[in-house]
Amino acid sequence: MDVIGRSILRKESQDKVTGRARYTHDHHSNTMLSGKVVISPYGHAKIVKIDTIEARNMPGVKAILAGEEFPLTGEDIRDRPPLAVDKVRYHGEAIALVIADTPGQAKKAADRIKVQYELLPVVHSPTQAFQKDAPMVHERLGEYIKEKHTTPVPGTNIATHIKIRKGNMEKGWTESVTTVEADFSFPPSDHVAMETRCSIAEILPDGTIKIMTSSQAPFMVKQLIAKYFNEDIGKIIVETPFVGGAFGGKASVQLEILAYLGSKAVGGLPVKILNSREEDILMSPCHIGLDAKIKFGADHLGIIKVAEIRYLWDSGAYSDKAIDLTRAGAVDCTGPYNIENLWCDSYCMYTNHPYPAPFRGFSHSELSFAIERTMDLLAQKLQIDPLELRYRNAIMKGHTTPTRVLLNQSNVGDLQKCIVRLKELISWDEGQVKEMNNRLVRVKGISCSWKTSTIDPNAPSGVILTFNRDGSINLMSGVIEIGTGTKTVLAQILAERLKMNVDNIHVKMEVDTQTTPEHWKTVASRGIYMAGRALLEAAEDVINQLREIASIVLRAPKEDLEIADSRVFLRDNPLMGLHFQDICYGYQYPNGNSIGGQIIGTGNFIMRHLTHLDPETGAGKPGPEWTVAAYGVEIEFDRRDFTYQLVKAATVVDIGTVLNKKAALGQVMGAMSMGLAFAGRETFYFDQLGRVLNPQLRTYRPLHYGENPEYLVDFVHTPDLEAPYGARGVGEHGLLGMPGALGNALSVAAGVSLHHLPLIPELIWKTKEAKS
Amino acid sequence: MLPFDFEYYKPASLKEAIDLYQTAAKNRKKPMFISGGTELITLGRINLVHTEAVIDLKDIAECMVMQFEGDYLVIGSTLSLTKIEETNHFPLLTKTASEVADHTSRGKITLGGNICAQIFYRETVLPFLLADSQVVIVGPSGIKVSPINNLFHEQLQLGTGEFLIQVATAKRFVTAPFVSIKRRQQWDTGYPLITVAALKIGEEVRVALSGLCPFPFRSKKVETLLNNREWPIEDRVNSALSELPGPILNDVEGSAEYRLFVLRNLLHDVLEVLGAS
Amino acid sequence: MKSQIIELYVNGDLRTVTVRSADTLLYAIRGKLGLTGAKPGCLNGDCGACTVNVDDWPMKSCLMLAVEAIGKNITTIEGLKKTPIQQAFVDNFAFQCGYCTPGFIMNCHSLIHQHPDADDKTIKEWLGSNICRCTGYAEIEKAVKTVLENQ
Ligand SMILES: Cc1cc2nc3c(=O)[nH]c(=O)nc-3n(C[C@H](O)[C@H](O)[C@H](O)COP(=O)(O)OP(=O)(O)OC[C@H]3O[C@@H](n4cnc5c(N)ncnc54)[C@H](O)[C@@H]3O)c2cc1C
Ligand code: FES
Ligand code: FES
Repeated sequence: MDVIGRSILRKESQDKVTGRARYTHDHHSNTMLSGKVVISPYGHAKIVKIDTIEARNMPGVKAILAGEEFPLTGEDIRDRPPLAVDKVRYHGEAIALVIADTPGQAKKAADRIKVQYELLPVVHSPTQAFQKDAPMVHERLGEYIKEKHTTPVPGTNIATHIKIRKGNMEKGWTESVTTVEADFSFPPSDHVAMETRCSIAEILPDGTIKIMTSSQAPFMVKQLIAKYFNEDIGKIIVETPFVGGAFGGKASVQLEILAYLGSKAVGGLPVKILNSREEDILMSPCHIGLDAKIKFGADHLGIIKVAEIRYLWDSGAYSDKAIDLTRAGAVDCTGPYNIENLWCDSYCMYTNHPYPAPFRGFSHSELSFAIERTMDLLAQKLQIDPLELRYRNAIMKGHTTPTRVLLNQSNVGDLQKCIVRLKELISWDEGQVKEMNNRLVRVKGISCSWKTSTIDPNAPSGVILTFNRDGSINLMSGVIEIGTGTKTVLAQILAERLKMNVDNIHVKMEVDTQTTPEHWKTVASRGIYMAGRALLEAAEDVINQLREIASIVLRAPKEDLEIADSRVFLRDNPLMGLHFQDICYGYQYPNGNSIGGQIIGTGNFIMRHLTHLDPETGAGKPGPEWTVAAYGVEIEFDRRDFTYQLVKAATVVDIGTVLNKKAALGQVMGAMSMGLAFAGRETFYFDQLGRVLNPQLRTYRPLHYGENPEYLVDFVHTPDLEAPYGARGVGEHGLLGMPGALGNALSVAAGVSLHHLPLIPELIWKTKEAKS
Repeated sequence: MLPFDFEYYKPASLKEAIDLYQTAAKNRKKPMFISGGTELITLGRINLVHTEAVIDLKDIAECMVMQFEGDYLVIGSTLSLTKIEETNHFPLLTKTASEVADHTSRGKITLGGNICAQIFYRETVLPFLLADSQVVIVGPSGIKVSPINNLFHEQLQLGTGEFLIQVATAKRFVTAPFVSIKRRQQWDTGYPLITVAALKIGEEVRVALSGLCPFPFRSKKVETLLNNREWPIEDRVNSALSELPGPILNDVEGSAEYRLFVLRNLLHDVLEVLGAS
Repeated sequence: MKSQIIELYVNGDLRTVTVRSADTLLYAIRGKLGLTGAKPGCLNGDCGACTVNVDDWPMKSCLMLAVEAIGKNITTIEGLKKTPIQQAFVDNFAFQCGYCTPGFIMNCHSLIHQHPDADDKTIKEWLGSNICRCTGYAEIEKAVKTVLENQ
């Protein structure tokens, strides 16, 4: 059948080009009330008084929530009040919620809530937060409820500390002839999904809580609301229609909580909260910042013998997903290099910044910038070709990861192959630098990455298959269609397995936690791996049932039956068989007698052998497999102005198997574009009061059409033996190496070592100035 | 979502517009003229603009002209920037306007709105400052025509109830050699870090800037220094840099020091391209 | 006068709607006419997700008051019927999440109409008005060029 690999058009294509695809905000009814959040204008301030009197008397106002103590929320540490009470900890923090008949009325009333603040000293960076005398973001850190494996340090700004201890550091340093040491940092930034976050909540008279939300994790919404507010989990139904981009930002649970509290305050009426772009940037979780310190020791061949790494992750005001991000950054802390002697401290630091959600790549694009810049510094010091240095140190089967997982031919891709292919793709042998004229120079920079997905060891995924009377199949999975095309690819997998026409497989796009089997979260490039495995099991179930009934009708043993083209037939006589439509709802004999019945296939999957990390050494198995990739970026740099254009960007990723060619290319190119924008332009600018100065797309600028480079993408194929058809995750990897590769190209072009993001011309100018 | 309500008027004549304004002002409605209306919406939604009476100038015939009248090119204030670009009567204006915002937005943003904008870049005023254009203004006391350089100090100095009808530019300026460069913080999107527009009239180079200070300007002092042919370019640029008005912007687009670095190179480029070296 | 009944000419039909003067065209077509194809992305003119055509030119419907649109010919994504640009978006995988797609298509649709011979520079100038956060723009470029070439 060969459906695998083909660029099957997305199942939802026509809906999306006609304006018919509906997203959360497109669902509206006349009875729906509107919620408007009042947000903090400061980074850190005591709340002296909240005056809602005038607002309460505004037309259309149904309820105002402010100053009330709700249960604390947060995924690993319950440190976050849904609405700030005693103090605000970041610019944008929700402090009050107005419910009114229309969005206009809600906004007008919200504008009239007067809050009196008393400014508190602001923690501006994780490095500052780490200092002994830093202001405290959470004075009562020791009192919060927390998960077992989380290690906050009361009396400090440390929300958690992950340690990686491997090998023998002293031995490593002795074996080294060269060391490089460098610091890197960048502030938080944003996901900027084009659809701002939106949630609608309603509580029915029987207590059923219905939530519709633009989320990557509707099943988490259900679990967390039950947990935080002591609700009956069976009475919570979360629906997710199409989601307009997510990139990790919609894996956090925030707006849903406010909508739920809002609905509760108005007797269960439906309440919709739609973030404005400014609220989406300020109030809702952002993309994490990082301060990193890297020290490598290497022998004269450039083989890295030892590494000492410290990551201070900018958790912002609340820890939520930052704890997981800190862990993920620790387990792959070295980048894709084999380093036997390793010491890494990964700290999750509270600051007075907006708090982070996961961001495409889950800590890996961030740490890669630090690691890959350090690799280039090492190459420079040793006078080794930077690509060659990476080739020599590339991690591969037989090596162990920082958390001591032994790599084999399946659980890691082939980085050396990626490097070799990249070398051709970017014509590395023509030289890294090409003079264009006395001002312009073209320079290439490279980098590599790896990533495993640190997901909950017991994360589930389930699939249900049902039939239509014509023998076509309905596929139901809890994966969210956030744009990755996963549901179309799942249809391809099923078509391949059943050797049937993919057009006869219908996928349910919307997810509804009551009727769709759970898929943990649509994150971490794990959709295909987990839901695909569940799907294959469901397919087996269906095949088995089809054969069973066919064997009776055809009077042949099950083993002799084949399945293809929506038929079950005799292997040696394909003409003798039955179409699915004749058996999928039972088989009826001419006299009316019927056997069998409706065929429903089910399958599920749960990760195997994942473990928690050892608190002292970090040893443990954090994820199933490591995808690896190599990258190149070519820029044209103006040596007088320090401006540059992106000319080309290349990614070679070991994808295992390509399931849908154009969809895979689209994922990689889109991720590269996002990575380049993050590396080259996107950041939050803060002032002394911790205020974000650029919360609009006018001043926070993603890449626009035509600013993008030419993309060069290729794949290496080392199958993951555990994954459906050997495919490895690919949704994030195009992004991971972009900051490093761009930073490396610019550092060579400008002749100064660049250590911060974003890589704007002013940064280069400043670095040059500081040097001279 | 505008958090306030207003009355909306679309007068068809200058007189009607003036009268509407006066009546509304008398009724304390804080009337506002709009032409593209984009600031009413984008600043209104974040409470930086408030009005209870909006007077839309787009239907007034005089505000929609774009033609040569005698020795002058006359451009109406309610024409969209896209329209002005597509017609391309004044290449320096076309080039400068074409860098404002983005193409679709420029279909809504108008010349008058951009010149009179609260958002302080007002990039399209630069060509007119350079070309010694005349502004045609109407108000309660009738129509007046003044040199833009007499009336534009950081912004167009309009009396209460006055608005801009047209800008008239002498033909010889319209066809003079020019340069217009917009430099942004990064790549091709966003507000100016610095926009420089320059015209060469005879041997004299004129320069106007946006994005350097919290207002656009043309400075005679700066021009005199730049045109001092006794000196090498380096010295001319240096002396010009020491005569800039203040304050120099220091914001998310760039620091003041960096802006000066960028400006130095831009001024070199201007002088070079216009053959003033 | 703050609220008024107006007629809007949308996708070939004359529609009567009650609007506040302060309502944007985006709000009116989505909220009052149920045409939810145009999307809010910023309400500030910065992203293009709300783009419709007004008198055959692209317009960010968040930057226009509904009352400003009286007497104008408004086309939304719902008004396009099997146009080549829609199919080109499908064939070239020119979208992922699809949220920017109606706005992008409306901008492309007008571009193809106004400048059937658009060169790279013109395409860039026009399409730079919209943000797509999912794709890297290569597919969108391919889609619009395919249609321009096939004319
Ligand atoms: C996406 C986007 C990007 C932008 N980028 C830039 C940029 O790069 N550079 C730049 O310079 N600007 C930029 N702007 C700002 C924008 O140019 C101004 O806000 C816009 O020019 C206002 O034009 P308008 O016609 O919509 O004005 P309006 O909103 O109609 O009016 C603006 C102001 O001018 C007054 N006014 C309008 N017409 C007249 C008149 N005839 N006489 C007297 N007063 C009048 C109004 O009362 C109001 O105070 C951008 C705007 C957007 C939406
Ligand atoms: S919503 Fe109109 S441009 Fe973003
Ligand atoms: S397809 Fe998601 S923003 Fe363009």
